[in-house]
Amino acid sequence: MTRADLLSVADLGREGIVQVLHLADSFAEVSERPMPKVPALRGRTVATVFFEASTRTRLSFEAAAKRLSADTMTFTPATSSLTKGESMRDTVETLDAMGVDAMVVRHASAGAPEQISRWVRAGVVNAGDGQHEHPTQALLDCFTLREALAAREGRAPADDLSGARIAIVGDVRHSRVARSGVLAFRALGAELVLVGPPTLLPPDTASWGVGIAHDLDEVLADVDVVYVLRLQVERIRECLLPSLHEYSARFGLTRDRAARLRPDVLVMHPGPMVRGLEIDAEVASSPRSLVTRQVHNGVAVRMAVLFRLLAREVAS
Amino acid sequence: MNVPLEATRLCVRGGAVVDARGERRADVLIEAGRIVAVERTIDPPVGTSVLDASGCVVAPGLVDLHTHLREPGSEDAETIDSGARAAALGGYTAVVAMPNTEPPIDSAAAVRAVLALAAGACAEVAVAGAITVGRAGDQLAPFAEMAALGVRVFTDDGRGVQHAGVMRRALEYARPLGIVLAQHCEDEQLAAGGYMHEGAWSSRLGVPGQPAIAEEAMLARDIALVRLTGSPMHFLHLSSAGSVELVRAARAAGLPVTAEATPHHLSLTDAELCGYDPVFKVNPPLRTSDDVLAVRSGVLDGTIGAIATDHAPHPRESKEEPLDTAPPGMIGLETALAVAYGALCLGGDAGAGPASGSGGEIGAGAPTWLAAPPMRRASLVELFAALSWVPARIAGLDAPARPGFSTTGGHGGPIAPGAVAHLCVFDPTVRWTVSVSRGASRSTNTPFASRDLVGRVRHTLRAGEAVVVDAEPQR
Repeated sequence: MTRADLLSVADLGREGIVQVLHLADSFAEVSERPMPKVPALRGRTVATVFFEASTRTRLSFEAAAKRLSADTMTFTPATSSLTKGESMRDTVETLDAMGVDAMVVRHASAGAPEQISRWVRAGVVNAGDGQHEHPTQALLDCFTLREALAAREGRAPADDLSGARIAIVGDVRHSRVARSGVLAFRALGAELVLVGPPTLLPPDTASWGVGIAHDLDEVLADVDVVYVLRLQVERIRECLLPSLHEYSARFGLTRDRAARLRPDVLVMHPGPMVRGLEIDAEVASSPRSLVTRQVHNGVAVRMAVLFRLLAREVAS
Repeated sequence: MNVPLEATRLCVRGGAVVDARGERRADVLIEAGRIVAVERTIDPPVGTSVLDASGCVVAPGLVDLHTHLREPGSEDAETIDSGARAAALGGYTAVVAMPNTEPPIDSAAAVRAVLALAAGACAEVAVAGAITVGRAGDQLAPFAEMAALGVRVFTDDGRGVQHAGVMRRALEYARPLGIVLAQHCEDEQLAAGGYMHEGAWSSRLGVPGQPAIAEEAMLARDIALVRLTGSPMHFLHLSSAGSVELVRAARAAGLPVTAEATPHHLSLTDAELCGYDPVFKVNPPLRTSDDVLAVRSGVLDGTIGAIATDHAPHPRESKEEPLDTAPPGMIGLETALAVAYGALCLGGDAGAGPASGSGGEIGAGAPTWLAAPPMRRASLVELFAALSWVPARIAGLDAPARPGFSTTGGHGGPIAPGAVAHLCVFDPTVRWTVSVSRGASRSTNTPFASRDLVGRVRHTLRAGEAVVVDAEPQR
């Protein structure tokens, strides 16, 4: 593909990830300015095309586009012709015909951004597709973790996460955040273990290059980062879990568990959090928690992704 | 070549005749719809039209146990007329139309309506009736009334009969009627809404998986019910290695069970879904290369007696929906013989591998059969057995027509004097590219679009009428 679409973290590879991190370093600096705006994408139009509801990711992308001086358009299905029976293809081709340069797409069905990328001229960024991937989440997680590890060790941020041991805890099976996270963290050299009951872990992960564990306490003795995933209540109805109480007791990052962690162990969560279920309220707000940094860094990382997607045309 | 439709005397010259009796070089002389002579060389009488078959296989017309013709109800996707033409282009002289139309074929009146529509079609259209009223799975459809109209195969295809008690009673009630119940094996609770094979690829792609056990559990249940009731049963579109094992054991135990597999399950894997193209969404789903090899071996040893297309047309717009809502199904009538020939006789992977997608570094890898030990290759007799005379026998289409029916019967050979001239003339050497715009089907959802296949149907004769000549439909 000639466009630098971002459909999967696999599209970037290690080199592409590092490129995004370096760009994000520059844009993070822009975000600290009193007037946090650069003219890099002036005259370009970025449309957020969210077939599935979301606020934080959409706002983060819109903030990123605006700080790059791009024009933004917002598509939401509730107020669109989708309610009149218009197809996904006609919807995106209509937007494309208006002269959109980039579409930031979220959809409840895995692969929808890839399908759309085959129909439109605009560049496509996957902002979360079903249970498949959420690449910009993984990139902002890498950015945040790299920043925190550097601060912990009193050095400049490195280009890899070699040696970092990360436990991803919870509903990995249904998590697009986890799928992108595994690809990105592994590409940067981190060691990964996925922790949860077998019903919440994906089958046949032999080729993923990750460890699998079912006992959180055993794992916690030996990790640098605990990445807690959101748990959705419908997993009980689907018989994947007996109760929220049992889940919390076995796999929640409770205050007791957090108290047993080494002081330098970091805690991450992609949001939205259910405090008291998968993560204790105090733990989520403790100094070891990177949750707020993740949200903060999301804007700079998404600026980097949009810039990378559209910069070639800007340069010409 | 121009063969007038009214030609009553026709000679198929220069081919190798293949039927249940074997393979031999022979010309075939046809008069008034029947074969009158099969000899090494025939010097046809003056006024005989000649169809060239040099270098070709002359086989009995193919019989498809599993065709969705969509009429009535979804004529935008296919009609009986267009589907029958696609069948003829694929070498088929008879197809069994599935009853999951709108309304479904679950009454004598519905059977009569479809048979009336099928009267002028260019392939014989037999009708399958539903097992339960409305295919809803809880009340038996009137088997005997439909059987009295010639219906031989009954199925709720598109869904399996979920309730074991209903299936037991259906088998018991059917036993004296000389019919066969055909099951779409899918335990809906185990399938749990999954729409691709549950395995390494579904995990990587984040697509809800449908495990092979959803098929195997219902198959095992039904084999037990066949043992209990003694009624014959046919298993539709088997797709997993475990299913092949179950049927192999049941047949070894002498149970009256038969099975079919589709050309796509003989040739494609779940890796095809890597680009999220709904054209590759099908039910049962494409599975692993190990399953593909097991299904091939099941055909080779006769466990799976029939190859059936599960030709399932869908309009373009529905195959452009997101993967979760796009309907499952692929068309297959026009490519079935070439795909099965490639998979079984040439040992190939039926064209190019999957297009590049977001497989990424943790993808499940390329199909492994290229590295697998070579499997015995099927003979042409074995290939056409699975595509013609075995399915003809299962559907009762081998028998001569009963008076008063629009059907002609007599499908599946043998190619011998006195037999009805249903013939498929197949050129096994020609390489062609599948073009969606040139097909006779109203739909284009073939997984083989733009891929190269080896072997093509050249002529199709239905009861002596050349309905396809040189790969062109004659009406």
